This record gives sequence, structure tokens and C-alpha cells, in this order.
Amino acid sequence: MTIDGFVAIYIFMLAAFAGWVIIGRVPAILHTPLMSGSNFVHGVVVIGGLYALLNATTVLEQGIGFVAVLLGAGNAAGGYAVTDRMLAMFQTSGHQGAHVAAHEARSHHSKAKQPKKG
Amino acid sequence: MLTMLPHLIIDTVSIVVAFLLMFGLWRMSSPVTAPSGIKVAGIGMAAAVVASFLYLFNVSAAAKPHLPINIALALIALAVGGGLSWWVGRKVAMTAMPQMVAIYNGMGGGAAGAIAAMELFGNRAHGITQLGVTLLGALIGAVSLSGSLIAWAKLQGVLKKPLRVRGLQIINAVVMLFTLAVGLYIIFVEQSGSAPVMPMQVLIWLFFGCAMLFGILMTLPIGGADMPVVISIYNAATGLAVGLEGFVLQTPALMIAGMLVGAAGILLTLLMAKAMNRSVSNVLFTKFGDVSKHKQGAIKGSLKPTAAGDAGIAMRYASSVIIVPGYGLAAAQGQQKLYEFVKLLIAAGVKVRFAIHPVAGRMPGQMDVLLADAGVPYDLIFQLEDINADFADTDIVLVIGANDVVNPSARDDKGSPIYGMPILNADKAKQVYVVKRGEGKGYAGIVNPLFYADNCNMVYGDAQAVMAKMIEAVRGLGAAAAA
Repeated sequence: MTIDGFVAIYIFMLAAFAGWVIIGRVPAILHTPLMSGSNFVHGVVVIGGLYALLNATTVLEQGIGFVAVLLGAGNAAGGYAVTDRMLAMFQTSGHQGAHVAAHEARSHHSKAKQPKKG
Repeated sequence: MLTMLPHLIIDTVSIVVAFLLMFGLWRMSSPVTAPSGIKVAGIGMAAAVVASFLYLFNVSAAAKPHLPINIALALIALAVGGGLSWWVGRKVAMTAMPQMVAIYNGMGGGAAGAIAAMELFGNRAHGITQLGVTLLGALIGAVSLSGSLIAWAKLQGVLKKPLRVRGLQIINAVVMLFTLAVGLYIIFVEQSGSAPVMPMQVLIWLFFGCAMLFGILMTLPIGGADMPVVISIYNAATGLAVGLEGFVLQTPALMIAGMLVGAAGILLTLLMAKAMNRSVSNVLFTKFGDVSKHKQGAIKGSLKPTAAGDAGIAMRYASSVIIVPGYGLAAAQGQQKLYEFVKLLIAAGVKVRFAIHPVAGRMPGQMDVLLADAGVPYDLIFQLEDINADFADTDIVLVIGANDVVNPSARDDKGSPIYGMPILNADKAKQVYVVKRGEGKGYAGIVNPLFYADNCNMVYGDAQAVMAKMIEAVRGLGAAAAA
């Protein structure tokens, strides 16, 4: 499969649009885990590093390729570890309906719909 | 056929991986589905790494003899890089999250830069498009690597003072232009076939050296309070670099994931800058926190200290309390005690809510994570725009470890460095208690008139110790009533 310039631009355009739409609906409460989560997603660069390293022919290339895989693997593994830890902490006080209501209230700026305490 | 099969598998896995990464990020955008979102993306990543080893069936003839060593190197790099990062990521304190994201992000930028370097040194990129994209990805990746490391050093406290030299912006511009010139020269030499003024390898090293120098110089003058925006910019930059190198390597999964993060990162950066009421260029090119020139207006009133126990009891008998937590709370590890106190208040029938400023903590949303870590349910947590109107009918506001986010001079003092930043209207409440370590200034180094207001009392002390005293006082009331 070869991807020439124009196909690449189509792919980039659609991916950029998807990224923009996905982040647009994120509540502020998730901003830190999300920054960390998107940080994890670009850790996929490790597969590019693996491809380059497996095709290395000189010592210099092997050295740089090793660094590429080392850093890429660090990005992916570390990004996953911290994101998973942060997200595991989010929990609600009540039943499923309570926090859905809370988030609807937030998104509509309506005080009337805020959940009652207790 | 035998050589086609690995390729077919890799291509198929790539499509699945691209889908899983997008789907995972999409699920991460709601608190209900977020924990499963990261797992979905994780499965995608693991599949991608395993499938990548199928590349070994299709390596070029020149690389065949080196294959055993290359495979060994790949396995060692995966185990060491992945293992170390995983271990640190599992162990690190929640308060250190922003600098961890910075360092992981720098690693991704470095990996993208290294891939570009291999293409350049191996002379594999040909033609203006290929070479241009490779160099652009290399430039962005290298800047992201060195810039993220400086951001990490600043947040970690290794670098204390922002470096501000006269004319630094001109030096930055010169370094940037020089880097671009070297890049264009590399393309020119490759295209025209003419002999370069110095060996190609030296030119490539020079290009990377200058790009990294630019990242360092760019980040050094930026103050600590602005670091979250900077990390977010570098996060987007790394995404772009990965996407561009994906094009060079003809790997659609990299292109999609990289550009997805690039766009998402840019939007996140804009949202954060908006929350601080500053433009992105303002963050990058002006000297925030440089308050020496600014004359602070005369402050009316005085600081009125009060005992922690008295403040605690006052809240026990209030009907509504809003808590404004800041980084100082997390620094003192006081979240657990705070939530214990909140549970006492709720049990006594007080309406308690948390108000979170968009830039509370060292990163947007970090305070939400820290409170979640202490067990605070997220339906008690409210963001600025949803709760700001409620301060006026609230009995007591407890400001704990926060300062600049409740500074009224952002509203009315045009000379203040934070003028125009949206703040939590804590000063509108009937009574405000501020828990603070001492009389010092906030992270941005600005005096806060709220602390001197008539309706404000100061509770000095370590946040954790103060909360312990408040809990003791309120429990004491209960014991007295029972007796």
C-alpha cells in the first residue's frame, strides 16, 4: 500500500476532524486524564520505531533505532499507566442516575436540575 | 504469497489499531465510560506492538544479516523503556502528574525525531515531499523533546527561576531561522546533487542540535503557572510529528493517531488558554508573573487570623458551604482529611459543594483527579461557570490552598497581571475562611485583596493539620451534645 500526497491529506483531514470533535465534548473534569490519554495515543510511534530498527543496517542506525523504540515504548507504557490510574479513581456518590443528572445540569447551566444532596 | 501474508496481517491489524485508539479516546470523553476507554486503547496499542514484529519477514536485503541483532535490540528497548516508564508511572504521586505527562510526551517527540533521523542518515527519504515532511516532523519532534524536558524540570523544581534575558526573542527567531535554513539546504543538496559545504551527517546533526536548542530557549522564559498550556502545546506538537513520520514510513495507523492527537491537543490548548483568559501567543511570548514593574494599589483592611476549630464549628452550623481547593491542599496531602471533614458536615445536614477553577492545581482538571483520589464523589464537584452565581447566597466559603483563582483584582484592577482571568467569586459569600501556610503570595506572586476584606478570616497552618483540628472541633460538639 502506498499513500501519496493527496491521500495523506485526506487521512490527515479526517483524523484532525475526529480529534477536534472528540475533545469538543469533554467535560473539564476529565481534562488532565484526557491530556494524559492523548499523550498515550501518540505512543503508537513505537511501531514506527520498531519498523525503522528492524530495517537498520549500520551501527549508527541501530543506535538511533534503539533510542526510538526505547522512547516510544516509554511514552506508550507510561502514558497508559498514569491514565489508567487517574481514570480508575472517578466514582460517584449515588446510583448511576445521580451523576448523569449532575453532568446534564452542568452542561445546561441549569441550577434546577442539580442533584439533591444525600 | 509467503511474503504477502505478513503484510496483509500488518495492514489488517493497523486498521483495527487505528479504530481502537480513536474509539478509546472517544470513550475517555465521559467519566462513565472513561476507565474502559483507556483499556480499549491499551489493547489496540499492545496488538500494534506485537504485529510490528511481522515486519521482520519483509526487511530489505541489506538489513537481513543484521536481523538477529536488530530483533534483540528491539526487545531490550521495549522491555527497558516500557518497563521503567510503567514502573515510574505506577509509583509516582498524583501531585506529580503534570511533570510525568511532560516527560512521557517528550519521549514521544524524541521517538518521532529519532525515526526521522534514521530516514535522513539512511538516505531513504527522496523527493521534496518526502524529505520536507521528514524534516518537518524531525523539527517538531526535537522541539517537543527538549521543550518537554525543560517543562518537566520547571514543574519538578529543578529549574526554579524563569530565565529572562533581554532580546531572547530575537535569539529564538535567529535559531529558528537558522534551523529552517539548514533544513532547506539539506533538501537543496539532495535535490540538486551538488556537494554540500560540510558532510551530510554533520548537517543532519546540526539540524537536530539547533531544533533542540530552540525548544530549550523557547520554554525557559515561560513561568511555572503557564506550564500546563505549554505541555498541552507540546502534546499536540508530538502528535503532529508522529503523524508526519507516519506518512514518511507509510503507516496509516501512525498518521491517524498522530493527527488525532495533534488536533485534539490544539483544541485542548485553546480551551485551557481561554480558561486563563489569555491567548496562546500571550503565554508563549510575554513575561507572565513579572510583577516588579506593576505597582500594587494600596490595600484596605487587615489580615484577621482565626483558630481552625472556630472556623470548623462555624461551618458545622452554616446551611451552605462551598469549598475552593487549590494546589496548596494537594501539596500538604490534605485531601483525605478535607473529605473526612466534608462527610461530617454533610451528616450534620450542611449543603457542601466543591468549586473547581479551570486552572486549579498545576494542570486543568488536576484538582478533580486529586479529589477523586481522596474518594470525593464527582457529583459534589462543580466547575466555575456552574457554581459562580451561587457564591452570593452561600453562608461560608472555605478557600484551602488556593490564592490567585479567588483574587478579586482579576475582576477590577486593570494593572494586575491576572486582570481579566475568570475567578471564583468567593468574596461575594457572607463569610470566607482562607487556609494558608503563611502570609506569602500565591504561585503568580500577586497580593490578594480578598484576604484583607471584612468578611474574610485567615486560618494559618498546614492544610492537613488545620483539617485535623476542624474535624476534632466538630466531633467535640457531637460528643458534648451526646453527653
